[in-house]
This record gives sequence, C-alpha cells and structure tokens, in this order.
Amino acid sequence: MSQQYPALLVIVPLLSALLISIAGWVNKKLCFPIAVAALSVAALSSVGLLLRVLDEGVVLYRLGGWDPPFGIAYYVDHLNGLILNVVSFVALFNLIAAKKSVEQEFPEKIGPFYTLYVLMVTGLLGIVVTGDAFNLYVLLEIAALTGYGLLAMGEDRAPLSSLNYLYMGTIGACFYLLGVGYLYIVTGSLNMVDIAGILPNLYQSKAVLAALIICMVGVWLKMAFFPLHAWLPNAYTYAPSAASSLIAPLVTKVMIYVMIRLVLTVFTPKYAFDTLVISHSIVWLACIAIVMGAILALAQRNLKKMLTYVIVAEVGYMVGGFWLGNRDGMTGAILHIVNDALMTLCAFLVVSNIVYKVKGHKFEDLKGLFRTMPFTMGAFVVAALSIIGVPPTCGFFSKWYLISGGISAGQYGFVVALLFSSLINVILFFRIIEIAFYEPFGNDHAHTSQPECIKEAPLTMLIPLLIVAVGLVIVGVYTSDIVTHIIQFAIPKGIL
Amino acid sequence: MSDLVSTIIANYNYWIYITLMMIGLYAMIAKNNLVKKIVGMNIFQTAIILFYVSIGAKRGATIPILEHAHNGHGHGAASHMVHAVDYINPLPHVLMLTAIVVAVATLGVALALAIRVYNRYNTLEEDEILAQIREK
Repeated sequence: MSQQYPALLVIVPLLSALLISIAGWVNKKLCFPIAVAALSVAALSSVGLLLRVLDEGVVLYRLGGWDPPFGIAYYVDHLNGLILNVVSFVALFNLIAAKKSVEQEFPEKIGPFYTLYVLMVTGLLGIVVTGDAFNLYVLLEIAALTGYGLLAMGEDRAPLSSLNYLYMGTIGACFYLLGVGYLYIVTGSLNMVDIAGILPNLYQSKAVLAALIICMVGVWLKMAFFPLHAWLPNAYTYAPSAASSLIAPLVTKVMIYVMIRLVLTVFTPKYAFDTLVISHSIVWLACIAIVMGAILALAQRNLKKMLTYVIVAEVGYMVGGFWLGNRDGMTGAILHIVNDALMTLCAFLVVSNIVYKVKGHKFEDLKGLFRTMPFTMGAFVVAALSIIGVPPTCGFFSKWYLISGGISAGQYGFVVALLFSSLINVILFFRIIEIAFYEPFGNDHAHTSQPECIKEAPLTMLIPLLIVAVGLVIVGVYTSDIVTHIIQFAIPKGIL
Repeated sequence: MSDLVSTIIANYNYWIYITLMMIGLYAMIAKNNLVKKIVGMNIFQTAIILFYVSIGAKRGATIPILEHAHNGHGHGAASHMVHAVDYINPLPHVLMLTAIVVAVATLGVALALAIRVYNRYNTLEEDEILAQIREK
C-alpha cells in the first residue's frame, strides 16, 4: 500500500469527484462525507510520503510501470513532500470549515461545489507531485478550470471577474506550454529530470533562454506577480467564502512551487543564477511587487479585498527570496510557502466566519465584532500577527530567513521592501482590530447598556479555524526542525 | 537581406504561429465584446497547438506505423532497420490531442461564464458593463 501513495494522492480525489457528482443527484447529504474521506486519504498519503522521503530520499513512482523518460514518472523529494502536506491539509481543514457556509450560500449547488472542490485539489496535488513537464500543464489546467467555476459561484461581479481571471490564466498556462515546447524542441524530452540531464550542453542555446523566460512569464501570470496581478483581487473578493479560502492560500503558493521546481530541477540553478544575469532584475521586480501590494492594500475599504492585495505582496516575498539565489533566501521562500498558506487560510477562514454571521466583509461590517465573535477575532489577531511577522508566530521566521538572505546577497532594496511591507501590514491589521474592538464609539449609549450576547459562528467552522490559528504558533515554534530536516535537503547542495 | 528572407522562409511555421498568437492576444486586449475576447483566446490556444504539430513534422516522412513489424516470425522486426527520419514524430501530435481537449473545456467554461455575465448585465460589451458597475 505504501508503495502506491503517489498514485493514491491523485487517483482517490479524482475518482471521488466523479462519485460526488453522482451522489449529488441521489442524496445531497452524501457529498460532504465522500469529499472528507477522499481528502483524508490524500492527506494521509502525503504524510506517509513525506515520512518515506525523510527515510529513504527521493521516491520515484512509475505510472503504469513505464520507465522514465518514456512513461510519466512522479518524483517526490523533500521539496514537494512538504508542499504536498501543506496542500492536502489546508484543503481538508477548509473543506470541514466550508460545510456550513456552503449550505448557507448556495444550498442548491452542494453537489457541484464539492465536485469542483475535490477536482481542484486533485489538480493542485498533481501539479506538486508530477515529474513530467507536460503532465504539469494538464493538471495546471484542471486546477485552473475548476477554480474558475468555483470563483464564479459568488455574488454580484463574480462571473465577470472570474472571466477576466480565465483570460489571464489561459494566457499564463499557454505561455507555460509554449516554453515546454521550446524545451522539447532542443531536448526531445518532457521528463523534468531527463531534460535537466540533457540541458548542460545547450546552455548557450537561444531556445533554452526563450523557454526559461516564456515559462517564467506564464507562471508569474498564474501566481499574480505584481504587474501581472490585475485578475486576482476582484476574482478572490467576489468569490464565495468557501471557495476563496481554498484558492487564496493554495493556488499562488503552488505556482511558486512550480517556479522553484522549474528553476531548481529543470533549468538547474547553475544556468539560472550563474550563466544568466537575470536574478538581480527579478529581485527588483519583486521589491516593486511588495511595495505596490502593500500600498494598494492600504487603499482598500474591504477586508477581503485588502487581504487579496496582501497576497500580491506576499507573492513578491517568495519570488524575490527565491531569486536571491542563496541558501537563506531559498529557505525563506520555501518556508514562506508553508507559512503563507497557513496564514492566508487562517485569515480567509476568519472572513468566511464573519460573512456567515454578518453577511458582509466591508470595514463597516466589522464594528464591534470582538464582543460578538471573540474566538473568530482572536484567530484573526493571531493571523494578523503572523502576517506582520511577530515572533513566535511562523510569519516571523520565514521573514527572518528572507531578510538575512537579502543581506547576505547584498540586495538591500529587498530588505527595505520587506520591512516597509511589514510596517504597512501593522497599519492594515491594527486598523481592522481597532474598528472591530472599539467601534461603535459612544454615539449610541442607549444600545451599549444592553449586554451584547455572543453570536459566534457554528462549531464546525470555529474548530478548524482555531486549529489553524494554533498551528501558526506551533509551526513557528518548530521552524528549526522543519528547516533542518526538510527544507535543507530541498535545496541543491551547490547553493550556499 | 536575402539571408533574412531565407531564414524567414525556412522557419515559416514559427512565423505563422507567432502571427496567429499575436492576433489572438490583440483580440483579447483590444476587443470590447466578451465573446470576441473568448474567440481571441481560442485563436491564441490554437496557435500553440499549430506550433506543436509543426515541430513534429518532417519533410518526406510518413505516419509512424511500422509496416512489417509483425509478419508472423519472431525475427521479422529485427530484419528491417527502422530509420527515425522516415517517420514523423508522433509525440507532439499526441500531446496536442490533450491540449485540444483542454482548449475546448476552457472555451466551454468561458462561454458559460459569458452567459452568466449576460444574464446579470444584459450586455456583453465590456464598457457598458463597467459603466453599470460604476453607477452603483
């Protein structure tokens, strides 16, 4: 059984998605348990895989018994072993938390929602686990197409912003496909490890350079790297809360994983950092992304939209940290994938709880929430501290690695951008805490005399949220273990 | 000059795909109607499919089926040397079957979203939709 973990990871959610769509016709009550079971199997397989990787090193799985490079192979190493766990657990927690809000927001679409949800997780897990460049494209489109459907279920402008996302997402995926085509022309292979073995003789080739640039632009479009971010805020803001709390933490992070995988495994760091001289300019682009994301977030009067711009800034952290090209920067970037997925999940679960009770996510809707929803807002404070980067929450540690990477690479602009964005985050989140804690001010004394009763979200929404909030601190405390046992091995030895 | 012309002619498949891609991209950026944008997106995807299909082709080669591979005797296949040059490369074509399916699915989702947008705003012109959003 344990030999089959990489296949189970993708097959079980894929088949159960079909099962859920059938169950949706028979009895809507069946959909949720099937989805939970499927994602639990995926989560257990990813834990089992990570343990195996820690024991034995890289796990190679041949689909259908065909040897690479002719068959499709799944490679699991320390890097994607870690990301697999993040994806499957974030998806599982969010699924449990989403139950009530799905029933409230679109009771008649429960079946389709869970089908798309599980299919999307299939796509994301597949992107992370696969070792084949073209297979990655197909899974990318599975994740993207289901994502458009999930986002479009929302209110008001959701279909329009989802359509805009579809245009941009398709261009991004097509660019990636084109880059893979250039690689295929020069190497004749689609297997990532195989391509990496053939490429060293072709480093002078213009086609390889074109492939790298085209792939990077495509992936940046998909991850909403700053000048290419325009689709993200609206698509995530108007989405139903259960969908946005799945997509916001995972999609951008998985695309950053794809970027790291392409550079580390396919193009190899020697080519990307030594032969080409593009890493400095990309770090500067990341600085602009961080600063602009922070400034645009400051201009918002809507909690959910503000958080989407925070994501744009965080994408800048990870892209910049990775392209610093030293061990600290890459450790920071990979650690930040984990941390940012958890932080964003926590923040979006809070939004989903607030929407469930208050039916809105504008700043005016947040007044007095500390009294009515103390646990939710408590989790929000933890998420806010983590996004700002206050120890002992996990956000502090990845930011620490990123900053020390920036200093040792001599990229002081990046360090300044990180600190600037942290300061802006302080303003962003304390403004919300202030609104939720102190307002309404004394203008309606008559009402405040009545003791306000607690109107918390239901327990199935609250418990996953609190687990994630506690998890933020636990991951922070055990950061050194994650780095020494996992991330250290994820980065090639040549990088100092 | 003649060098340039001969390079262009020798690689005409790349020029065609780039031209098609730019037409698609132009439609997606400049057109006002949502369905025209979707058509542009489809042209964009088709351009990449053409690119892949063209890189598998070879002059004077045939479809990749070995004619005498199974003639009843075990040593039959070995007696015929297989020259890769005689056969076109089937792999890009097979990949594009998948890409075509993806393109069709994307087109379907995009048109479904366009219907939702039309039901909401009673128009598919982007400027009119934006004007309606701004009014509120």
